[in-house]
Amino acid sequence: MKSLALLATLVTGALLLYGTADFAAWGDPQSPPNRNISVHYVEQAVKETHVPNIVTAVLGDYRGYDTMFELVVIYSAGMAVMGILRRREDQ
Amino acid sequence: MRISVQEARDRIPHHDIILETTVRLMVPFIQLYGLYVIVHGHYSPGGGFQGGVILGASVILFALAFGLPASQEYLSEGTNILMANAGALIFTGIAVLCALLGGMFLDYSALVKILPIDPISWRSHGIFLVEVGVGMGVMMIMISIYWDMASAGHLDEGLHMASASQTDKVL
Repeated sequence: MKSLALLATLVTGALLLYGTADFAAWGDPQSPPNRNISVHYVEQAVKETHVPNIVTAVLGDYRGYDTMFELVVIYSAGMAVMGILRRREDQ
Repeated sequence: MRISVQEARDRIPHHDIILETTVRLMVPFIQLYGLYVIVHGHYSPGGGFQGGVILGASVILFALAFGLPASQEYLSEGTNILMANAGALIFTGIAVLCALLGGMFLDYSALVKILPIDPISWRSHGIFLVEVGVGMGVMMIMISIYWDMASAGHLDEGLHMASASQTDKVL
């Protein structure tokens, strides 16, 4: 079972690393993310959200879906630890 | 498991006046700073995750100095679980509410139907509301993980105290 889990981890890791090959080159000003979406955030974030801190605007509004599941990940981690470890004497 | 009286005495958390006074003075300021980091996330680095971790650290620090049961007098297990769930539900609830009110999922400007202010301002306030949910959830989950890890899930005493009831029996 342990070797199976290790195999699954290694395969998933290899797939994720393979996926990074499609990323835009690091720091390339002509890459699609830098030409389109970044410019929009820098120019429009304050106008569209009234938040002076662009990081907060992107985190909470434009990428709110990502932030929501970040919280869900932390929540699931806490519930998993609670489910595995918590034992009360009176139960 | 039988242990000698001396061993049992060594296991009882002793009261250290320097440690306890320092923590008692520090905890309110840490909590104030945590709240500041959450509410000031719109203007400076920070936000729900960072502020929530700072708030959680204040309770963990209290539990380290005064023992785990003392921290539960201020924050009971039930409140902890309730607020952890509430934090996650605030975020997802607001997201679903936006969709129900005719906007898109997580499109805070749809909340204008509840309180008619400028939709752009609602996007700003919506971010703040979900940051509060994030802060609550992260704070309570951090405390809960510490409680479970430090007491092996028994929530009696922290770290080196295997079981408080065992030492009571021997003494």
